[in-house]
Amino acid sequence: MPVRDKFSWIRAPRKGGRASRVPLNISFRKFFAKIGKFQFSLASTRKAIAKIGQIRFTRRAVDNVIGVTGELLMTAGVFVLLFLGWHVWYNDIVSGIAQDNAGAALTEEWNTVPVAVPEFDRSQGTSSGIAVAIEPPVTPTGAAGDRFATMLVPRFGATFERAIAGGIDPKTVLNIRSAGIGHYSQTDDLGEIGNFAVAGHRTTYGAPFGNIGELRVGDRLYIETNAGWYVYRFRNLEYVWPNNTSVLKRVPESSAKAKGRILTLTSCHPKMSSAERVIAYSVFETFVPRERGAPAEVAAIKAGG
Amino acid sequence: MYAALWKILPGSRWIKILQVVVLAVIVLSVAVEWVFPWVASTFIQPETSVEP
Repeated sequence: MPVRDKFSWIRAPRKGGRASRVPLNISFRKFFAKIGKFQFSLASTRKAIAKIGQIRFTRRAVDNVIGVTGELLMTAGVFVLLFLGWHVWYNDIVSGIAQDNAGAALTEEWNTVPVAVPEFDRSQGTSSGIAVAIEPPVTPTGAAGDRFATMLVPRFGATFERAIAGGIDPKTVLNIRSAGIGHYSQTDDLGEIGNFAVAGHRTTYGAPFGNIGELRVGDRLYIETNAGWYVYRFRNLEYVWPNNTSVLKRVPESSAKAKGRILTLTSCHPKMSSAERVIAYSVFETFVPRERGAPAEVAAIKAGG
Repeated sequence: MYAALWKILPGSRWIKILQVVVLAVIVLSVAVEWVFPWVASTFIQPETSVEP
């Protein structure tokens, strides 16, 4: 046998000697040195097969290879299951709690340090204590990733309070634990005439809109800023294809001139899929300035929770 | 693989078990803290937004 052949990295066991303890006697140094110059040919392939034929696989070696392969596969399987559990439950729950806490911390900040005094016509207030503002202040979205508001939806649970940030980038807004809801920057600002559209996960990453399908006509959705509370009332759900951007129009699905203020939530549908989108429309009802205190429903939830 | 690990670890059986548990906790926390978030953000992108 020629010493310097293409397959010298596969060492044949000594003739007449006992079976090598290391059955696949491979010199990795030689192997990697060869790899660069390697060329396939029929002759070289035949030579390789002939050489592999000379390797003596002991029973124990074969058992070891099968055993280690099996252990690796089982470990991989366990990690796939662990990942699924993490993705669908653990991270969802942990992110949800973190997002609620982040939203609550944000509103707490606004409570203790009221910044902007809204331009609000007190003469428009009603005797029931709910102020009816004709012109709510406009809250600019600000830079991408900046949190400028929180959303409270009693239907989504007593602790539900998620921050809304600028833009719908998953990595900096939708997937993170300090926000969760993102504002489509091409849509109107909060308080402006037109459509204020936001996106949020329906499953995983805290799932801000996990219960979007539970909304009932007339449910109140509160968007809180440092100026006060924008109160919307849920109107209807719509199911659309993922590329249907006309839900973001100033009057959704229409080219009519905007006269009112719409809140549009978008999320994925069905759950755990991105085949379709579920859209929830709400219409603006009123604005409650911070100096008036929280709306009754919000105050009750905060006192109870 | 695991048999080899068991052989490599020093000490009595209970000390080995303790070491295995510590190793498992380390591996799991690395996975939860860094590996899983990376896998999720790289390979799984649940879309929630409408885009053209």
